[in-house]
Amino acid sequence: MSARIGIVTFPGSLDDRDAARAVRLGGAEPVALWHDDAMLKSVDAVFLPGGFSYGDALRCGAIASFSEVMGLVRDAAGRGLPVLGVCNGFQVLCESHLLPGALVRNAHLRYRNRPARLRVETTATAWTNAYAPGTEVVFPAKHGEGRYVADEATLDRLEANGQIVFRYLDNPNGAMRDIAGVANEAGNVVGLMPHPEHAVEALTGPSTDGLGVIASILAHLREGAAR
Amino acid sequence: MARVVVDVMLKSEILDPQGEAVLGALPRLGVNNVKSVRIGKRVEIEFDDAETAAAVEEQSQIIADRLLANPVIENFTVSVPGEDAA
Repeated sequence: MSARIGIVTFPGSLDDRDAARAVRLGGAEPVALWHDDAMLKSVDAVFLPGGFSYGDALRCGAIASFSEVMGLVRDAAGRGLPVLGVCNGFQVLCESHLLPGALVRNAHLRYRNRPARLRVETTATAWTNAYAPGTEVVFPAKHGEGRYVADEATLDRLEANGQIVFRYLDNPNGAMRDIAGVANEAGNVVGLMPHPEHAVEALTGPSTDGLGVIASILAHLREGAAR
Repeated sequence: MARVVVDVMLKSEILDPQGEAVLGALPRLGVNNVKSVRIGKRVEIEFDDAETAAAVEEQSQIIADRLLANPVIENFTVSVPGEDAA
């Protein structure tokens, strides 16, 4: 039976269909989750896609973090359910306090829309274990509020714990320490600004490097099943 | 009427590129003596008339702390303007 990966649609989500397509191309089964669903439909992992949930009102991801489904995701993540947040999904995870730090306006105030070169900094997460350590990948980045910030003590702790998952090779937004993606301490929750789900086919993406994220979660779930 | 004002500001150590952009535009107005501009949010909340002052104060703190401000990047102040000011 293939792994069931839930993809949450909030009002204003944009990349939920691309996420579902990437999940399918990667060999898993996408399961549609709605923002006010009161159940997670027995999914094995959750993918929070990009977009502008609730029109980015107040702060990006702030309103979505109080949605019905995020209450369930928060509890399940605490019990080890793998959760990936991309772009707005990353913002939702930070606003939900599932990941440390915050994402604020790009330092240059411009929306950035171009492929981003990243280095995979740790493979010890549910979503990056299929990459070789230090692999360089190219994922499209498209955001106006993608500058990762946290206080120095938090950044030092992230470095020491190996919780920095992706780093920009050409920082597009002024993110502190070139951080493009981070994980929680357990490694089951990962968020990043650039879009692996847009890098799964040669026809439409700058690479197919994003398939490694799906391969990683499948390997992670297989390993869990074998235990 | 129980009216509360919450002011939310980016913490001083967080770069405010909007404020920087405004600062950069000031010389075009002929203003050259400004050192810094910081931009925040003002949120006005009206409670039901029947609420007690204590409940309004307590709930305003919760609203500001849990939703209106993100403590990672922002500070907030809660104030109750006088009736005459409202």
